[in-house]
Amino acid sequence: MEVKWNVLLAILGSSLVTFLPRVLPLLVFSRVNIPDWAMRWLNYVPVAVMSALVAQELFLSDDNLALRSNYLEIIASVPTILVALLTRSLLGTVIVGMITIMLLRLYM
Amino acid sequence: MHNPVPLDNEAVRRDDSFLQGVKECIPTLLGYLSIGIAVGVIAKTVGFSMMEIFLMSLLVYAGSAQFIIAGMIASGGSITAIILTVFIVNVRHVLLSAALSPYFKWMTPAKSVLIGSLITDETFGVAINKAAKQKQISERWMHGLNITAYLNWIAATLAGAWLGEWITEPERFGLDFALPAMFIGLLVLQLTSRKKIVKDLLVVGCTVLVLLAASYVVSGSIAVMIATIAAATVGMVIEKWK
Repeated sequence: MEVKWNVLLAILGSSLVTFLPRVLPLLVFSRVNIPDWAMRWLNYVPVAVMSALVAQELFLSDDNLALRSNYLEIIASVPTILVALLTRSLLGTVIVGMITIMLLRLYM
Repeated sequence: MHNPVPLDNEAVRRDDSFLQGVKECIPTLLGYLSIGIAVGVIAKTVGFSMMEIFLMSLLVYAGSAQFIIAGMIASGGSITAIILTVFIVNVRHVLLSAALSPYFKWMTPAKSVLIGSLITDETFGVAINKAAKQKQISERWMHGLNITAYLNWIAATLAGAWLGEWITEPERFGLDFALPAMFIGLLVLQLTSRKKIVKDLLVVGCTVLVLLAASYVVSGSIAVMIATIAAATVGMVIEKWK
């Protein structure tokens, strides 16, 4: 159960720089009144950040555009989106997505 | 939406309990289980001890950051370079924390720290969907959601460290697709619970275009940040026009 010094330092430093961005906005903005335009802006952050994460997962590989090598994942996203739309179930969506990609990789 | 109104009836109170937060976290567990296992496997293979993997999950609690720490320690990167890279990759949490702040106006600083420090992409997605539906998020519901995700993450990375010797191809079981599928689910839920589908779809299209363009110039995680800022700005401007 050893802990190496350089690993411990990297972990402690990293924990500080991941802690501050998560906590500071919540601390500051819950204490001041946010102007209307900023509220409208924040209102679009969830949709924007989630679609950015989906696009990053589906279209990029190692920071490069990878439409060709990711084509199975892109195909698998279609039934995944449909199940999400039809069932509104997060668990159902994840499971159908995993089964679809498993089958695609087996048979294509 | 901007001013949470305290509702006081039995059904709402049950919906806001700690246990309800735990329950609403369950659908997201698979997504982070697979990533957590992958982090554990990688960290173990580059020579991290169980204790180091545990401390990393306990204190850093961020998938991409933990991949980076393990990878850069293995390749002999300097501590400063590691910390800087981790910061760049996770600075988007600023946006998530800011977007949650209107729902936690009444909190003491200690509670803000407790809730903020456990924000992740998944818990943010679940919480903001809850907010879109109920106009408010209760503190204990949020703790239930956060703590479940946190424990699942620690357990997953430790399991990965332990399973590393046997699981060599997690892709065969589609495990790697659990995360994108979870983000797809969270996005669709978000789009269908808001009553601004046209503006939202414009924002989605804008996000994807900016992300792809930016990925030619900067790393993927910075591109996510740039795309989010640009697309949210477009959304704000369109709404102002109407």
